[in-house]
Amino acid sequence: MKKTKHLFVSMLLMGMGLETAQADYTLNLVQGSTQLSHELYDLHMLILWICVFIGIAVFGTMFYSIFHHRKSKGHQAAQFHENTTVEIIWTIIPTLILVAMAIPATKAVIDLDHVQDSDMSIKVTGKQWYWEYEYLDSGLRFESHLDEASEKAHRVSSIDPRSVPNYLLNVDKPLVIPVKKKIRFLFTAGDVIHSWWVPDLGWKKDANPGFVNDAWTSIDKPGVYRGQCTELCGRDHGFMPIVVIAMEQDQYDAWVKSEIEKQAKGPDLDKHTRSDLLSKGESVYLRNCVACHQIDGKGISGWYPALRGSAKVTGDTSQLMGFIQAGTSKMPAFKKLKADELATLVTYLRNSPDLGNSVGDETQACQALSLDDLDDLYPDIDNAPQLCKEFGEVKPEKVVSEKKD
Amino acid sequence: MASVVAEHDDHHDHHDHGPEKGLLRWIITTNHKDIGTLYLLFALVMFFVGGTMALIIRSELFEPGLQFVDPQFFNSMTTMHALVMVFGAVMPAFVGLANWMIPMMIGAPDMALPRMNNMSFWMLVAGVLLLAATLFMEGGAPAGGWTLYPPLVLQTGKALPFAIFSVHMLGVSSIMGAINVIATIFNMRAPGMTLMKMPLFVWTWLITAFLLIAIMPVFAGAVTMLLTDRFFDTSFFNAAGGGDPVLYQHIFWFFGHPEVYVMILPTFGVASTIIPVFARKPLFGYASMVYATAAIAFLSFIVWAHHMFTVGLPIAGELYFMYATMLIAIPTGVKVFNWTATMWKGAMTFETPMLFSIAFVVLFTMGGFTGLMMSVAPVDFQYHDTYFIVAHFHYTLVPASVFILMASGYYWLPKWTGNMYNEKIGRLHFWLSAVSVNILFFPQHFLGLAGMPRRIPDYAIQFADWNMVSSIGAFMYGFSQLLFVWIVIDTIKGGVGKATDEVWEDASKHGLEWTVPSPAPYHTFTTPPEIIPTEHL
Repeated sequence: MKKTKHLFVSMLLMGMGLETAQADYTLNLVQGSTQLSHELYDLHMLILWICVFIGIAVFGTMFYSIFHHRKSKGHQAAQFHENTTVEIIWTIIPTLILVAMAIPATKAVIDLDHVQDSDMSIKVTGKQWYWEYEYLDSGLRFESHLDEASEKAHRVSSIDPRSVPNYLLNVDKPLVIPVKKKIRFLFTAGDVIHSWWVPDLGWKKDANPGFVNDAWTSIDKPGVYRGQCTELCGRDHGFMPIVVIAMEQDQYDAWVKSEIEKQAKGPDLDKHTRSDLLSKGESVYLRNCVACHQIDGKGISGWYPALRGSAKVTGDTSQLMGFIQAGTSKMPAFKKLKADELATLVTYLRNSPDLGNSVGDETQACQALSLDDLDDLYPDIDNAPQLCKEFGEVKPEKVVSEKKD
Repeated sequence: MASVVAEHDDHHDHHDHGPEKGLLRWIITTNHKDIGTLYLLFALVMFFVGGTMALIIRSELFEPGLQFVDPQFFNSMTTMHALVMVFGAVMPAFVGLANWMIPMMIGAPDMALPRMNNMSFWMLVAGVLLLAATLFMEGGAPAGGWTLYPPLVLQTGKALPFAIFSVHMLGVSSIMGAINVIATIFNMRAPGMTLMKMPLFVWTWLITAFLLIAIMPVFAGAVTMLLTDRFFDTSFFNAAGGGDPVLYQHIFWFFGHPEVYVMILPTFGVASTIIPVFARKPLFGYASMVYATAAIAFLSFIVWAHHMFTVGLPIAGELYFMYATMLIAIPTGVKVFNWTATMWKGAMTFETPMLFSIAFVVLFTMGGFTGLMMSVAPVDFQYHDTYFIVAHFHYTLVPASVFILMASGYYWLPKWTGNMYNEKIGRLHFWLSAVSVNILFFPQHFLGLAGMPRRIPDYAIQFADWNMVSSIGAFMYGFSQLLFVWIVIDTIKGGVGKATDEVWEDASKHGLEWTVPSPAPYHTFTTPPEIIPTEHL
């Protein structure tokens, strides 16, 4: 009995497995989840069928001729070489077909262009190699990077990409939008040209540095929609996906509220264990540093310097933190890192076996906090965590003093 | 009077000019046949260089995950593959055909400007070598795509100025080649060879030459602006200084769109030359073929922004470029219908050149269909920059331009070498190519529609199956081209026997080149031919 059950379950699983296998790839364009994407899908199918029809007619004629009008069958060559009537006909018929195609196409162009009367606006900034989203109404703002599992899988050859769910199509922080609301997107870029494409929305739009493009969507049903950057933007162009989660308005409102609270919260100044610091530091590294300095910290010769065994990394901690915050002509200034992120990052940089460094120290969040920041967070120093009061007088000051520019 | 002058020249030629002895012949030659051979051999070598790059790309894409190359090198490969194939293989191959065949087709003794002809070839070699040298420079070869879009291309390492200078040299070489073609066709046609009696290959090259003269300076200008933006603090394409990165795209595609027609118009010309011979019928609609070619060339200048539908064009721009692009389907359709009508009620035989030409008509038309689909701007918002477009332009270049170049090889090799190629191996080469090219490129339509962007070194799991199929096709296609090399060498060495002067049945009705001996003597038509065969009448 148990065996029968087992067999039944495994057969069921196999059946489901097959089903997933079939759903794995598609041959045609997605219908998408907006009215606009359906309109574009229909237009796509219309033109496809027109092409198939013309193809059958032309290739049919040609292959009939190839089979019947051959010398080996004793066919005698006719010598005609002109027929004005026929030529006029096969100029006019395609023209009419094109006009017929142009009418729905024109309507679709107008619909695509209609960004007015939107309910909310989201600014999307493409950067090498992640997306930055800013909700213009609520002021919510965050970065969206390739998720850690994919990031590691494509960089470490021993990890099988097939074992990673949504390999290369998953992000650490998806864009969340409400359904059935007209959303206007504004696109720009921070460095080179990127292009934002979610097939289910029916379009892509280039993000040009120094200029703003717009587009709109209104998603019908809740769901997770995935896409990718579609304009070559440098070495990690293939590794900056897009995930859009559409949810009902009330869920969305709750999400915004919790995100705004999270955003307002200061750095986590609690003391953490060394292994905690290291694992959190790895996340910060994967988000911010790995694209250039690589997973093994060896950098790219001729492009990006190595962190492995670098004196800058293994030398003075406060100088290192100052350096990270200041940036260089090539490296952006990572002022956006909160004190806890900076602390875990330097701990990771100096001690991770992945990077081949083993200084043997650790840095707590308080040590990465400048006095100014401490002042802002705790106008009354007595309320600050004990640790910060201890460290507060020495280390953070150096971070400020080491700033470049 | 003209013939008297010609005879006088003839006299001189016989006394003063034979081929130089030894290697020097190939360096200092001003003979159109020698230079044609140089161009064709150079193009064949570059075809394999570019093909090797394509196989590196397809190897990396065989399976998900990064196995062989670094993403930056992958980007260099896609960039260099395109540049080498366009500027090193396809364009030079057609210039080689032009050199060999245009004088022989219009009854001229040589190209009009033989010394410039030599210079334009060696300039090409220098340009391509300089481009190849960037592979070994610090920071690697250009990796911003063959379109060299700023700001990305400005992030190139040491290679940038070298790549730009290489583009300048290639441009000068192309312009000189084009001037030569125009000067030859306008001044050196045999008496009686009126414009509307010229073979279609000559016509298409004449129009192509005008395209080249119009567009190469534009491209040179665009890359020069890149140079000054990078090194002399100008801001043509830098928004921070008041420039616009999209401006580059407008300039580039004003060059780029006619540029793709530079590769396809001579292709049309060769197809229109070969199909009638093996259908044993005159070309259907000669005049409409000429007008359609001219119409396509004209349209190519006014449709450039269809490469930029998603870049943020105003709605009027979207609509205009959509309508204008759709129009291209009309003259292109006329051409396909004419080729079909040429075959209709013919007495066809299927030697290798004909097989390649028929495959060209069918597969190019498929590329045309996807082109029509992409001309519809709103749907292009889905297709743009995906594997759908990769499939599209490879259909219009590989089983079109490259197949026709192969057809040209088989068609004229007997005339060039005096020997017949091995028909069995030729057909084997054809069938392997025709099958594998579809295994290679057809699945890419599915990949693009399913959402795979182009120019990515690694991809999501749902794209794995078709990528593997495509890569298998790529290796089959790549290695089957070695058969062509074998055939070329074998035919030069003697092939399967001596070719007749006419080579193909009744070919001399179709072109002057079949009236001279095989192999074609070093100097042909030093006396203009008296009888002009009116092959299309």
